Amino acid sequence: MPARRSPAVAIEASGLVKSFGETRAVDGVDLTVRTGTVYGVLGPNGAGKTTTLRMLATLLVPDAGSARVLGHDIVREADAVRGRVSLTGQFASVDDDLTGAENLILLGRLMGYSRARARERADALLHAFGLTEAADRLVRTYSGGMRRRLDIPASIVVTPDLLFLDEPTTGLDPRSRNQLWDIVRLLVAEGTTVLLTTQYLDEADQLAERLAIIDRGRVIAEGTVEEIKASVGSGVLHVRLGDPERRPAAAALLERSLNLTTYSEGDPARLSARVSAGEEVTRALDVLARNGIPVTAFSFGQPSLDEVFLALTGHRTADDAAEEVTA
Amino acid sequence: MTTQAPLRLAEIDERVRSALSSDRPRRPSALAVSLTFAWRTLLKMRHVPEQLFDVTAFPIMFTLMFTYLFGGAIAGSTRAYLQFLLPGIVVQTVVFITMYSAAGLNTDISNGIFDRFRSMPIWRPAPLVGSFLGDAVRYSMASLIVIVVGLILGFRPGGGALGVVAAVGLLLVFAFSLGWIWALFGLIMRTPNGVMMSSMMVLFPLTFASSIFVDPRTMPWWLQRFVNVNPITLMATAERGLMAGTATVGQVVVVLAVSAAIVAIFAPITMYRYRNLR
Repeated sequence: MPARRSPAVAIEASGLVKSFGETRAVDGVDLTVRTGTVYGVLGPNGAGKTTTLRMLATLLVPDAGSARVLGHDIVREADAVRGRVSLTGQFASVDDDLTGAENLILLGRLMGYSRARARERADALLHAFGLTEAADRLVRTYSGGMRRRLDIPASIVVTPDLLFLDEPTTGLDPRSRNQLWDIVRLLVAEGTTVLLTTQYLDEADQLAERLAIIDRGRVIAEGTVEEIKASVGSGVLHVRLGDPERRPAAAALLERSLNLTTYSEGDPARLSARVSAGEEVTRALDVLARNGIPVTAFSFGQPSLDEVFLALTGHRTADDAAEEVTA
Repeated sequence: MTTQAPLRLAEIDERVRSALSSDRPRRPSALAVSLTFAWRTLLKMRHVPEQLFDVTAFPIMFTLMFTYLFGGAIAGSTRAYLQFLLPGIVVQTVVFITMYSAAGLNTDISNGIFDRFRSMPIWRPAPLVGSFLGDAVRYSMASLIVIVVGLILGFRPGGGALGVVAAVGLLLVFAFSLGWIWALFGLIMRTPNGVMMSSMMVLFPLTFASSIFVDPRTMPWWLQRFVNVNPITLMATAERGLMAGTATVGQVVVVLAVSAAIVAIFAPITMYRYRNLR
């Protein structure tokens, strides 16, 4: 339980810039994160999420701009920041050549615990995360999921005031992912602030109160999850047409009669439309049926990151990747 | 089934909640943190002991090969040559193992564990200094193995046990200074293999163009010029002197001075790279 009082704003960043050679990985990022909340940073690979997080965790010095974390300047008072934050990197940052228990004892000792207390902390954390049986095995023998599971206790040997999680659920199975979400909620209930990066809108939706969407090193949208969704539409309807030839007609129909935004993807029989409410789904299907356009299948889901991007920027993340490859 | 799931979740919640720390330990001293990192290095050595065999098999092979193949030709008899060669082989052995430490450092960086250390409120050079301290144990063990093999083959150090201990001690100081150079390699290179390759390129000419294997006086003048200022030569000369009990103060002081100079130059550069890791 964080004993020290924290300012109302846990992170305040303005105009953060970081370049690597010619690439401007982060190009003027502003962020404000309230203490005691989960803040999500959402974006595709290479958008600048990790670089932003590494600057805030004092691992990188920004080229321009400034940020205060828990009231301390990330450059001039980096050591004070380090005393109160913890980081879980994108890849499990645990020592392969040590056992699970040794990993945690090592970190406990480095944080200043006595030998006995470090051992006690390690045992408690291994128990809490269901790793007691694997405690004395070398981490190199762990499965990917187990390594990830060790990574979280490694970050909370001393419960931090602020926890940075860099794509914490990438590569986890759904059950482990739900467990991790649960742990994050619990930490927040106990007073820790969490900044997490993710590629999944679903994850941000589950955890974050506010989120920033980052593209090409810039924040292109910021707000509560509801606000972001309202600007995108709460969901996307995908339909599969019985006759691909009729796709332009179907698109025109939905746009004209229901004022929906549609987009057509590679598959010629597939048509998608952004919808803001469930009832729009039934109306859209109804309109298509009444105009003699057969639908063989349909699905309704949350917008993917890709669809959020399309809505916010007019370009798709996948296309960007393709451009980069050909350029 | 339906009642079991929420129960289990609550149980995990309770366990995690009770595993949260309520205390904040006092920040440990630079020395305490460095020693903790040294402990980490020793633990790794215990879990992966093969590493030590890898690096000592090679020098034992060298000792046998040079003594019995070239010893007669170089020094008249294999026994006489062994007296000359063995201290040098000890130096070569340890100098080569310092390179393995750099490869380990590189692994730490690429698998992200250094990110964790760097985001902790600890004395910044501690992970490096601690690993050098832990490695000192590895260097001592390797020296011991080579010296024991030498004794079995007929090596008789005139300086006695004290001379041998002093010689190994001086070598540890020298190895500590080299650690900063390889650490820099470890920080710059992309892969552990890259570190090995590049430090190999530096070490092979340095160890062979030195006084480890042959007396520099038998070499052409231009090579002697290089060999005589080669730090490895200085180290080998002092090592030989200490083990034989004939070392001069000057021989020892020059090694200490070279070591201090290497640390003075490379420690700041290495720490700069460490602070600014991508």
